[in-house]
Order: sequence, then C-alpha cells, then structure tokens
Amino acid sequence: MTDIPLSTQTSVAGADRKGWSTIALRWLLFVMLGLFALFYLMPLFVMVTTSLKSLEEIRTGSLIALPRSVTLEAWRTAWSGACTGIQCEGLRPYFWNSVLLAVPAVLISTVLGALNGYVIAQWRFKGANIIFALMLFGCFIPFQVVLLPMARMLGILGIAGTIPGLIFVHVIYGLGFTTLFFRNYYVTIPHELVKAAKVDGAGFLRIFFAIFLPLSLPIITVSVIWQFTQIWNDFLFGVSFSSAGTQPVTVALNNIVNSTTGVKEYNVDMAAAIIAGLPTLFVYVLAGKYFIRGLTAGSVKG
Amino acid sequence: MTVWLERNLPRMVLAPSFIAVLIFVYGFIGWTAWVSLTRSKLMPRYEIDGFIQYKRLFASPRWDTAMDNLYIFGGLFICISMVLGLLLAIMLDQRIRIEGALRTIYLYPMALSMIVTGTAWKWIMNPGLGIQEMVRGWGYESFTFDWIVNPDRAIYAVVIAGIWQSSGFVMALFLAGLRSVDGEIIKAAQVDGIPTWRIYTAIIIPSMAPIFLSAFIVLAHLAIKAFDLVIALTGGGPGYATDLPATYMYAMAFSRGDLGQAASSAMVMMAVVFAIVVPYLYSELRAKPHD
Amino acid sequence: MKLSALAASSAVLFALAAPVAAEPQAEVLHWWTSGGEAKAVGVLQEEFSANGGTWTDMPVAGGGGDAAMTALRARVLSGNAPAAVQLKGPAIQEWYEEGVLADISSVAEAEGWADVLPASIAEHMKCEGHWCAAPVNVHRVDWIWANAEVLAANGIEMPTTWDEFNAAADKLKEAGVIPLAHGGQAWQDATVFEVVALGLLGPDGFKKAFVDLDADTLSSPEMVAVFDQMRKMRGYVDENFPGRDWNLATAMVMNGEAAFQIMGDWAKGEFLAAGKVPGEDFLCESAPGDGYLYNVDSFAMFEVDGDDKKAGQELLAKLIVGPNFQKVFNLNKGSIPVRTDVALDEFDSCAKKSSEDMAAASENGSLLPSYAHGMALRGAQAGAITDVVTAHFNSDMSSEDAVKMLAEAVANSM
Repeated sequence: MTDIPLSTQTSVAGADRKGWSTIALRWLLFVMLGLFALFYLMPLFVMVTTSLKSLEEIRTGSLIALPRSVTLEAWRTAWSGACTGIQCEGLRPYFWNSVLLAVPAVLISTVLGALNGYVIAQWRFKGANIIFALMLFGCFIPFQVVLLPMARMLGILGIAGTIPGLIFVHVIYGLGFTTLFFRNYYVTIPHELVKAAKVDGAGFLRIFFAIFLPLSLPIITVSVIWQFTQIWNDFLFGVSFSSAGTQPVTVALNNIVNSTTGVKEYNVDMAAAIIAGLPTLFVYVLAGKYFIRGLTAGSVKG
Repeated sequence: MTVWLERNLPRMVLAPSFIAVLIFVYGFIGWTAWVSLTRSKLMPRYEIDGFIQYKRLFASPRWDTAMDNLYIFGGLFICISMVLGLLLAIMLDQRIRIEGALRTIYLYPMALSMIVTGTAWKWIMNPGLGIQEMVRGWGYESFTFDWIVNPDRAIYAVVIAGIWQSSGFVMALFLAGLRSVDGEIIKAAQVDGIPTWRIYTAIIIPSMAPIFLSAFIVLAHLAIKAFDLVIALTGGGPGYATDLPATYMYAMAFSRGDLGQAASSAMVMMAVVFAIVVPYLYSELRAKPHD
Repeated sequence: MKLSALAASSAVLFALAAPVAAEPQAEVLHWWTSGGEAKAVGVLQEEFSANGGTWTDMPVAGGGGDAAMTALRARVLSGNAPAAVQLKGPAIQEWYEEGVLADISSVAEAEGWADVLPASIAEHMKCEGHWCAAPVNVHRVDWIWANAEVLAANGIEMPTTWDEFNAAADKLKEAGVIPLAHGGQAWQDATVFEVVALGLLGPDGFKKAFVDLDADTLSSPEMVAVFDQMRKMRGYVDENFPGRDWNLATAMVMNGEAAFQIMGDWAKGEFLAAGKVPGEDFLCESAPGDGYLYNVDSFAMFEVDGDDKKAGQELLAKLIVGPNFQKVFNLNKGSIPVRTDVALDEFDSCAKKSSEDMAAASENGSLLPSYAHGMALRGAQAGAITDVVTAHFNSDMSSEDAVKMLAEAVANSM
C-alpha cells in the first residue's frame, strides 16, 4: 500500500517547499485522483450492487440504485446452480478447465518467449531482427482471421476439441508478445556479460540459466500477467476450439448471460462475471506492484 | 560436433517459434488472401474468381461506416488513453500514500471480460436508466447524455468504454517510465530552479519517447482488434452506426455465411495494420544503439 | 393412443435392431443455455438417457446462435462435427451443400413424419428430397402483445388493421403512454419490419419479396408504404430504445409504461414468469393482416463415424419429433408443437390460438417463413435486408431511398 521502493524513484513535486499553494495543489491532486477512481469504479459498482439484488427488485427498481435488501442468492446460483446448458452446475465445473488450460499455456509461452528474447537480444545473427519483426507483426493479426485455417490445422494434428489443442493455439499467438517483452528486457543487459561468460567457457544454455534467468523475475511477472489475462479472458478461441467437456469458463459465462428467448437474470449474470474475473483480479491485486516494477525494469524502454 | 551444436543452438532454439509464426500467421494470412479471391459462402472454397469480393466490399455502405468508425474510434481511443494514462501516471507519481489501491482501481478493468462489463456500461450510459436519469433526478432537468442511443454519437460512447478498459494499462506503462527516468538529472534541474512543469515537458516526457511508442502499439493493437467491446455495448447499433471492421468481418464470416466477403474485409484490415505497424517496426529495429 | 403404441413398438424394434456394441451416443450443439430453454432441452436429454443413450452436451450461447455457428464451422473443418446441431431454415440446406449432413430418412419414414408435420415446415427439414433435420417447435413471430389495463383505460380495442393501430398509438401517445415497446437491436427492428410487411403486402407479396427476392416487389410502391409505416412506428417508440433487450421491452408492457409490443411468442414466457394471466393482464393477438410467420427450431444431423453415433442420431431424431417431447418441451418454452396431432389441453389460450391459426394458414397457403429469424432466406441475403431496415429505422432516411438501397443491397449480397 505504500510507495514502491525503487532505486530511481524520483518525485518532482516539491514536497520540501511548504506553503498554502502547495497544500491546495495537493488537495486538487487528491480530488482529481478520487474523481478518476470513481469513473473507473462505476461499472464495478453497478455490477456488485446488481448482483446483490433479487430479480424482483431489478425488474421493478432502478438498475443503478443501491439494493434495498441484500441477498447472496445470485452468487450462489452463479457459482453452482446456474444453467450453462442442460447441466445446471454454475461456473464451477468450467473453472478447472480454464486452470488446466491457462497455467500450461502461460508457462510454455513464457519459457519460449524468454528463450527467443535471449537469442534475439544477445546472440544476434544475420536475419535475427527480421525474424523478430516478423514475429512482432504476428501480434496484430485479428484472431477472427485465423479461426478457420487453425481449426483445419488442429484437425490434422489430431488435437481438435482438446485442452492441449487450446494450449497450442494460445502459445502460438502469445509468442509475439512474450518474445517482445523478453527481447526488450534482455537488450538492456550489457553484451559484455555474455562475452565474459563465453571466455570462461560457459555455453549458450549455461549463460541463460546462470546469468539471465536469475535477472528475469520482473519481466517474467510482466509476461505471466499479460498472458494470464489474455488467456483467461479469451472467448473466441475457447468457443471455437473446445468441445463438450473442455469448454473454458468464459464460454460458460457467455452461456449464462446470453439467453436467446429466456428470462434474463441480471443479478446472476453480474455475479457470474465477477466470479469469472476473480482470478485475473486477484493476479492484478497481488502482482500489480511487481507488474509496474517489471515494466520499469526495462521492458518498456523499447 | 559439440562445436557445431554450440554454434547453431541459438538458431535451433528460435527455429520452432519462427516456423510456427511462419505457418500460423503468414500462412494463414496467405490462406485468407486466397479465400478473399473466391466465392466462398458457408465454408472455404478454393476456386479463384477474381476481385468480386473486394468490389462487393467497397459497394457496401456498412463497410464504409465500419472504416470511418475505425478511424474515429482508433484515433480518439489511442490519443485519449495516452493523455489520460500519462496524466494519471504523473499524478500517481507524486508520492501518494494510497498509490497501491488507486493503481489497482485504475488497472482492474483490464482484468474483467467485456462480455459483462459491457452490460454495466450499457445501463450507465442509457439515458433512461443511468447517468442522465440520475442527474435529472438531482434537479438538472435539461441534462442530456444520450450518446449511446444517438446514431451520430454512439461511437463516442464506445470510445468511453474503451478508454475505461485500457487507459489503466497505459498508466502502468507510463508510471514505469517515470520511475526509470534518471533522478540525478531531475535533481540538478530542480537545483537550477527550473519550474516543475518545465521539467516534465522538457526533460521527463521527451525521455519517455520509447514508451509512447510501446503504448501506441499496445493501443493500436487493441483498437484494431476491438470486438467484444462493441458487441457487448451496442451490438454494432443503433442500426450499424458503431460497426467496426472486426465486427463486420465476424458478422460476414459467421452469422451470414459469406466467407469470401469476410476474407476480403480481413485483407483490408491487415493492410491498415501493415501501414501502421511496419513504420514502427522499422524505426524500432533501426535506431537501436546495439545494432 | 395409436401413436404412443407405435412409438413404444418402434422403440422395441430399435432396441432389437441396434447391435450390442452400438450404444446410442450423441454430442449435441445448441444454444438453449438458460432458464426455461435449458430445462426444455433437459427433457430431451432425460428421454434420451431413458432409452439407453449417452448425451454429450455442447452448449454455446450468444448472438442468437452466432457463437454456436462459429464453433460449428471450426468443428466441421477440424473433422470433428457434433452429431446433432441446432440449425434452422435455409441454413440446413446450405450445410447440406457443403456435403456434411447425414440422411435420417429411415427414421422419418418409420415414424411417419410426413403425415404429422405441416407440409411447408416439413420442406425445411429435407435436403434434396431426403430428411436431414428434425423439427422441434413452432414459434409464431407476428404477434402483438398488449397491456389489457392500459388499453381498457384508454378505450382501445386490439387493432385489426394498421390504420387502427396508428389511431390507437396516436391516442396513447396523447395520453402519455409509450405506444410501442421496442428494443433497438437489428433483429428486433427486422422483426417489426417483417410483421408490418406481412400486414401491408399480404401473404403473397411477403412471399414474393422475402422468399423469392422478387426485384419488382422489393422496389414496389407497396414496399415504400412498408417503410412509411416503419417511420411511423419509429415515432411510437420511446427515445431510449437502442440496444434494449427484448425482455426489457416486454417488461415495459407488463408494468404499463408501454401499451404494445411486436414480438414472437417467447415474449409470453416473460409475462407468465411474472405471474401475468393471458386474456386478463395481457392480451395476445395476431398482428394486423392475414398470414402466419413461423420460426421453427430444428436439429440437423451431421455426418459422423461409428455405429454408436449413428444410432444416437436416429434415436435423437425419433425422440425430438415424438409426441411426448413435443408436448413437454413446448409447454416449457412457450411455443407450440410442430406436430399437428398433439393434444393442446394443457397449453394456454395464446398457444391454442397459435395452433388454430397455423392449421388455417397451412390450408390457405399463408403459412410463411420468418425472414427476420432466418427461416426464409440464406444468411447473406437476410443480413443485407436487415442492414437496410435497421439503417432506415435508426436514421431519417426517406422510404424511397430505403427501397432503392434495399434493391441494391440484395443484388450486392448474391
């Protein structure tokens, strides 16, 4: 909750120069920050209050008013009772699919990104930059474009509709970003380090594991947070490349909130949305500090 | 043998990823280009039939709207997110005691799926339910905030929700940038009595040029891929006033069974991406002191 | 009586015919994921299991099936198609043309589907003469729902012509009631449009325009009149309609904020869920004009490998059209059975009216497919029309321009 102890932390505001104008400025600052915080919290407020209301109250009252009587019923339903098809077991069964999918996909894409970044930044050979540019451009391909050829490819590889298939897809399309993160981070590490290690007889992998990996915690955090957010929240790949029994939580959430011709239970929808977002929220709250530190440590220096 | 291995290991490590990208990005772009020249309907077909799909695309008023919206949405979304992100970062960098909490509040929208936060925004911006009704309830009867239901303004409502979702991430990038500026230079400037705003405009912000580029790339990528946002917030409406190329393409490919048309719109989108990204990549990879 | 005996005996025959190894199995892709719909499809799953089958559920909701169609394409391309898929209208034939649908004629003939289904609906289930899909229910689209109290308070009768509707709406507007509850989503705009078109063009004109895509009808003065009426409708809708879900519009009728809503009979489910009684609290009436617009849900059977899966498809098809499921499902969902021989004693008055009207319309040839719900046209053409309808409704475009655009859009969609 306090300032991040960063070596280069510099604050420009003159906290030394006291005076009423400084105090007024300070107040203005807090008011501004507070107003922005309200702007950012507004949708969350609507979601939380709605999730605590009964359906009857939503039907009759204002959609953005505080609940008259608080009930946790919607939360219970969203977690273990809402229908997502003919099963009415809520989000719970799908959570595990998402975990099974997100954890390996995040790890694999991060490891590959680290190795790629290491090669591109420190073992530059002819054409390495072109390879990097080609990989970076891959970050921009709209995913709707790749759905159909990817489906064909997964069929050929025999992993269509399985969790390994989904992991494969997420790793492929995460590589561009993870490589970018690690490459930009490793590029700031002096090349002399590698030279010296080579003189000492250390090889390619040894240098990576002994020198680079221990330095990489901040950027690993960035890569993990980014990839986890992307993969956990992905809907398009999840819905296209899963089959019965392997659907991730976003697909279940979508099944809960999208009723074509049925009664809409907004309280359950909102509770389900918050539940589905909890792992990523948790990661942001827990690792947010390291996220900024990791970005500071070089990934954004370009 | 080991010497050979040691010399070629870096290439071998990179090779699988590179091959994967070649196939799964460039191969698929090629596939899309091919399909865009066919009369594919429900499923891909491969008999080439010239540029008919592009002709249809450019004859479609809905596609015009989608491209116009991309420029409006992309331009505003990128600019405002950057300015707001920078402003928030500078304010947060003033040794605020509750920085951790505020930072989390600004960042959290990135963590939630737009499938449902879109519904919350829809209510907030609906004139009959949300802000307009609330402010009128306070006695300001003439207050109007009806962007989301106004075909000429709805795209700006989408911009607001987009900024809400992404500006926190940009704030994080800039905050990190501010923290990496050399403290010595700033101290020296302060000693010389240079006013604070001058220190920002003349020293700190220029030194963060690479971060502006990174932020731009992240935002441009989000703007081009913007899809969930529109679907959840307006469904492309009123009418098709908030259609974007990504939603157009999806509608053609998956709800209308007009795959050839979808492929041609995808190719035009890719051309736009190319025009934006390639200059960036060029400058990024050229101007490195390491090279 | 005779039928259930037939069903029972064919179940026995089926059990005998199926080899021991081939335990019926089916993966079912559908988008009935919530509330009454999910319960309704749950009924089918129970019956399927009771007959020894293993049901694998593959629900994908969203966008009226868009997400499910995305998943379906991916599944078919990867050579891993589900056994049964919720598909409807000409999309069934489109998939057939891709060469991926299975032939279930043996079940259909054994069960005598041709005798119990209305001919025009049966036609949707056939691919080049053989059966390839099983129909589930009939939703009527051209309903007009009303708040009984509001109408009585303003001395208004249910309108039987569009002029009467306009007169009633003007009166309601004077009285400070929103005449028409409407949600501004493209498909809802299209729903109102096709109901108005049916009323003003008549069944023959509707068929020419939205089934045959007859260019002359699409650009006729009558079509201009349809858009004129749409412009009037726009005036009867409140200002906050864009993006509103249909059920919120229904709620407006329920609590007296608005008087009418034009929507298919799924709206009835909302009224009933809120404890309202048809005929007392709310009124259901067919929209002004002749004809009956149907929206039939169905399951298409995809080509699969393995005897167990084929057996599963056949069992599924048989159960879907079976009288028991037809009754239970449609009671849950608010629609009516697609079979004409199911007793309607347990159904409400709106459903009974729907069934009577369907039989009559089937007789006189005015039983027509809904274009707004994907029954009349292929996706590209239906979408092109909807683009124009929604663009006109949400702007101040003139009716003449809209008709011109309509002709161009339809031509461009081919």
